[in-house]
Amino acid sequence: MEAVIDTLRLTAEDAQGLVEHKELSPAELHAAYRHAIAQRDPELHCYLRTIEEPVGEGIPIALKDVISTQGVETTAGSKILAGYVPVFDATVAERCKGAGLTLLGKTNTDEFAMGSSTENSAFGPSRNPWDPTRVPGGSGGGSAAAVSAGLAPWALGSDTGGSIKQPSALCGNVGLRPTYGTVSRYGVVAFASSLDQIGPVAKNVRDCALLYSIIAGRDPRDATTVELPEQVTLPTDERLDGLRIGVPKQVDGLTAIEPGVRAAFDQAIARARELGAEVGECDLPLSFEYGMACYYLVAPAEASSNLARYDGVRYGTRVDGSTYREMVERTRDAGFGPEPKRRIMLGTYALSAGYYDAFYGQAQRVRTLLIREHRDALDKFDIIATPTAPTVAFPIGDKAADPLAMYACDVLTIPSCLAGLPGLNVPCGLSEGLPVGLQLIGAQFGENTLFRAGHALEQAIGFDTVPTRYR
Amino acid sequence: MAAAGAWEPVIGLEIHVQLKTRTKMFCRCASGYGVGGGENTQTCPVCLGFPGALPVPNRQAIDWTIKLGLALDCEIASRAVFSRKNYFYPDLSKGYQISQYDLPFCRNGTMIVPTEHGDHRVGIVRAHLEEDAAKTVHVGGARGRIGGAEISLVDFNRGGTPLVEIVTAPDIGSSDEAKRFLQLLRQTIVELGISDAEMEKGTLRVDANVSIRPKGSTELRTRCELKNMNSFSYVARGIDAEVARQIGVWESGKELRQETFDFDGASGTLTPRRSKEEADDYRYFPEPDLVPIEPSAELIARLRAELPELPATRIRRVEQALDLEQSMVLVSGGLDRLWEATVAAGAGGKAAANVIANNLVGARVDPSAVSPGELAALISARDRIPRQAFDQAIGKLAEPGFSAAPYLADEAVSDEALLEPIVDAILAANAAQVEAYRGGKTGLLGFFVGQVMKETGGKANARAVNDLVTKKLAG
Repeated sequence: MEAVIDTLRLTAEDAQGLVEHKELSPAELHAAYRHAIAQRDPELHCYLRTIEEPVGEGIPIALKDVISTQGVETTAGSKILAGYVPVFDATVAERCKGAGLTLLGKTNTDEFAMGSSTENSAFGPSRNPWDPTRVPGGSGGGSAAAVSAGLAPWALGSDTGGSIKQPSALCGNVGLRPTYGTVSRYGVVAFASSLDQIGPVAKNVRDCALLYSIIAGRDPRDATTVELPEQVTLPTDERLDGLRIGVPKQVDGLTAIEPGVRAAFDQAIARARELGAEVGECDLPLSFEYGMACYYLVAPAEASSNLARYDGVRYGTRVDGSTYREMVERTRDAGFGPEPKRRIMLGTYALSAGYYDAFYGQAQRVRTLLIREHRDALDKFDIIATPTAPTVAFPIGDKAADPLAMYACDVLTIPSCLAGLPGLNVPCGLSEGLPVGLQLIGAQFGENTLFRAGHALEQAIGFDTVPTRYR
Repeated sequence: MAAAGAWEPVIGLEIHVQLKTRTKMFCRCASGYGVGGGENTQTCPVCLGFPGALPVPNRQAIDWTIKLGLALDCEIASRAVFSRKNYFYPDLSKGYQISQYDLPFCRNGTMIVPTEHGDHRVGIVRAHLEEDAAKTVHVGGARGRIGGAEISLVDFNRGGTPLVEIVTAPDIGSSDEAKRFLQLLRQTIVELGISDAEMEKGTLRVDANVSIRPKGSTELRTRCELKNMNSFSYVARGIDAEVARQIGVWESGKELRQETFDFDGASGTLTPRRSKEEADDYRYFPEPDLVPIEPSAELIARLRAELPELPATRIRRVEQALDLEQSMVLVSGGLDRLWEATVAAGAGGKAAANVIANNLVGARVDPSAVSPGELAALISARDRIPRQAFDQAIGKLAEPGFSAAPYLADEAVSDEALLEPIVDAILAANAAQVEAYRGGKTGLLGFFVGQVMKETGGKANARAVNDLVTKKLAG
């Protein structure tokens, strides 16, 4: 039975068609993915836990372990939440259930989504399906690797500074970070509230758009959400006539971008021209100069506050002490890994009396400027294009000891996150046998434009999303 | 001893008011004390601070805060922002309290406190909206505090209830003024219908910041904070005790340290709270899970139109017929509207004030259920009808369909011819007391009158008996 279902190639849309036409039962489909998981996940470690029996009448989905699932342990990759079983579903989990999607399992993540490689997971790293000695990116490396390795037709990730887009780039699939406010964060373990967004990871742009249409829209339980101004349309166009694409001139000066990545990116831009797009140069000087600094003040500041609730009083890990204070200190010392601790300290400092104006306050002012700078660029262009990550997947352990080198992985994804804008990763080629991602950034609520452009480019580029070693 | 006359207190108050909304500030759990069975039953992922749970603001609480701000003559922010106040304590489920910081809903207000020397204006620095902490019970250790406790238990039913914090300017000059201010503020809140504002129940909580300075100076010296005072009288007594303590410190040539005290009303003692090693740093920043709130001009206009006439204005009006003290009592007791209607229905002003403030309140009659016309009729007949009948009628005033008529028909006996034999008999039976009275113990008059009233079954006219007994004893 499993042999007839090629989970490596089956798109979610096709799987849905098979189920609707009763050519496959949801249980058979679920079993096929479980079979693939049994075969490949011991090596890749995409999943922190899997579900044996499907609940629902649709096709399966994997959810990043920051997304609360009722009755299913949700740890956010942290020991401090080990054993924590939510009593409620996150809104996105609920909407997936409502659409009939069945939960395959919870995917690995850097602890509290803090990282770019999944090496910060308290439960061990995930591995890249293209080369298991390399990282799948992060923080949503588990979801991205699972989709590329055929261990899930699609998945949900969360993106704060690039945690959907960057792993999709490194694993060679399609990932969308939606416009801030279009997808509910209710029930998603918070890292940095003003930046966190949930988004789809899929094999192609149509699947990505389909999954986005399932999860998007206002949620009365998340006060920062809004109604979509227009319905999601599944892309069909294969031309890009009239589409204006801006490439930031600062990309040229970014020495961190590997030559192979640059070459694949340039080819993708050439393809866009062939498809009729008008490509020009745009200018994002502040974003490139101050984006990282701004992000590493705003995100840790919010994280330091968001992670304060893990005190051992109500749920999760608790290490007893002789006083309340000692109990809290011991619990947090034992429960948090080095990266959350580092960010809690950074954030606490940035918010402290006497430093607030110089750090957090200043970062918020910079953020306002970045929003304006992006808006100006997107007045002239429909889409801003850059490579998604400066490098291809790097070896496990390469950057684990150097936080700043790890932070630099997100230099290209961070600015548009700060601006609250949607970004789509589309695979655009290989460098040294590893996938390179193209980042398309749209205007606020510009998802349909991104889907249209991504789909046309995807068709033209013809990237094979199945890792070479599995073909 | 301290020369109190040389010093003047400078007092500012911080008042927390629990709003009586149906649900909590940021979730749909039932709000309020005593709602539903037992500890930790009115809770949900939001107010328990579960991972991923998000706050959604309570519209009613926001409207009420703005309404209170308007009643306190505040400027209403065109853009108000919730902020996080970060600190660790077991009663705080998220490790931060959602409060307001630099952009509260209301600021720069004034409340007028009428005094004998004209209107005293107390500045309202701000009024902001926040969520209440949970309730903790510390078992073992000293004085029920967390330090040294063996076990601390938390009840999250209260956690997340909407709370308005009102901060006054240091414009209050005495404990008596503080008490008056609080009485009027409380009455304003109650009349707005936004809180029961009962100190005993904790729906109104008052902290006082107290300092003193040489009389006539404008300096501001080190202040101390008083907490845990659970009635207006205790607030006044706490302030008096603290002022006396500070006078002692300054006059002995020492420097006053900034401290926080718990005031125990029963024993009248001030107990310093254990001072923290370092100053609190709450790391306020705008709550990123919520969006700024921009109250519309229409909303503000609608809320303003709903405001009742404010107590200070009413005190000044009532005062024209009575004195300031009486009008304070009527207005701060929520009795002035009944008084005005009763006077309009024909009762005398002073008599009506006495009956309402004493008899009605003593009999726990709900003033809002009383017919002013029937009350006016009773008050006009007070001297004519038996005391017993009057008291009975007062007790039944709030009953539906109450009519004074049957009580009014009950004439008291004031005919001297009928009363004289009874008075004579009482005096004869109490010869020793009569001797004592004539010897100077005039306080026994009430005894004789009481005996006569008893003998007549309460039907005698008290004034007539009084006059007759006095005459007989003199004779």
